[in-house]
Amino acid sequence: MWSFYFSQLTDSIPFFLKGLWMTFKISGISLVLGTVLGFCVGIARASKVKPLRYILYVYVDFMRGTPYLVQIFIVFFILPEWGIQLAAFPAAIFSLTLYAGAYICEIVAGGIEAVDAGQTEAAMATGLNRFQRMRYVVMPQAMRTILPPLVGQYVLLIKDSSIVSVIGLTDITRVGWLTVQRIPEGIMVFGLVGILYFSICYPLILLSNWFERRLRAQGG
Amino acid sequence: MLSAFNFRVIWDYMGLFLQGLWATAWISAIGLAGALLVGIIACMMRISGKKLLSAPAIAYIELIRSTPLLVQLYFFYFGLPSLGIRFTEYQTGIFALSLNSGAYMSEILRAGVQSIPGGQIEAGIAFGLNYLQRLRYIILPQAIGVTIPPMLGQTIVLVKDSALLSLISVFELTRASQILTSERFMPAEGFLTVAVFYLLLYYILKSLSGWWQRHLIHRQA
Repeated sequence: MWSFYFSQLTDSIPFFLKGLWMTFKISGISLVLGTVLGFCVGIARASKVKPLRYILYVYVDFMRGTPYLVQIFIVFFILPEWGIQLAAFPAAIFSLTLYAGAYICEIVAGGIEAVDAGQTEAAMATGLNRFQRMRYVVMPQAMRTILPPLVGQYVLLIKDSSIVSVIGLTDITRVGWLTVQRIPEGIMVFGLVGILYFSICYPLILLSNWFERRLRAQGG
Repeated sequence: MLSAFNFRVIWDYMGLFLQGLWATAWISAIGLAGALLVGIIACMMRISGKKLLSAPAIAYIELIRSTPLLVQLYFFYFGLPSLGIRFTEYQTGIFALSLNSGAYMSEILRAGVQSIPGGQIEAGIAFGLNYLQRLRYIILPQAIGVTIPPMLGQTIVLVKDSALLSLISVFELTRASQILTSERFMPAEGFLTVAVFYLLLYYILKSLSGWWQRHLIHRQA
């Protein structure tokens, strides 16, 4: 029986690869958009503009304080009630971007605050404007603190993208869920799904560790 | 858009929401206890310095950290029965949650243990303390202080992750809103209300962490 199921599973490998491609697309797009959003919002939060900071606190806390599952339900089921109809794919991208953006915002704001204030003051004294200070003085130094957790956040994003399977997107997780209805060997089917995720996430974790070691060695 | 918001329905279903909140709380509590247990064991194995013990611990930690919880959940939910193990949905859910958080807890503990200067351990060895005594009298009292805030952070993640248990039909907070949505078709009332409850849990844990950090600075000063 087991070998029968195994051959059935190897037959559905193309189906799994399609799912893998979907996971790549969803997490890739929201990774890029989330990074852009996170950097914008993070820089805004590190600035001293009070009302802006409070609004961003509300956004970040909502995203960090509620499960992503609830957030995707809100985007997918509630926005249509308010007249915004999103198909599953854009809904997934939209919610994942907002979600990742909040975490990246915290990482970026933390990195900027870790840069010594004297650096900004010196840059001001040299006559650099706000943009130049950020671009040439603060950011290059902040990147050292930002990079390792940022890559770690990408791993979390790819893993959390598995949750979009609940709104019917056929990513790897949903492919596994559909396959297990046909091949009732959960260990085999979700073992394969797990291996696929592992092959994406583990190299990224190693990359994050490497960044951390390398940047620490530089800083010390 | 708030004019369409039906507070009466929320009130009607408040009992269900509170039941869900209670279920989320105790599922997370048991999950946390399990995660701590697994985390301590995995951490001790990993830092033992013996390949035979550390290799399986490393494999466990890396496997868990590189795969989504949802996949782990389905792995056990669909996989355990074919091994002849019959767990209820609650047991499967809490089991997966504990194994998942255990890997992160173990890494947090390891960071705490490694924050202690090697000289202290050597001094302990010189005093003739054995491994357990060194752990009990030198490492743990110092490591616990620094590990509490990241552990509370992981607890926040665990509470949020417990929402995924609703997908294997465990009754908890998110499930309560799914029930409301399917009975009355009012997703806004359901999902926004549970979001508020999750935020409540989040702020409790977050302020606990903040309080501990202030307390810690106070103690050290």
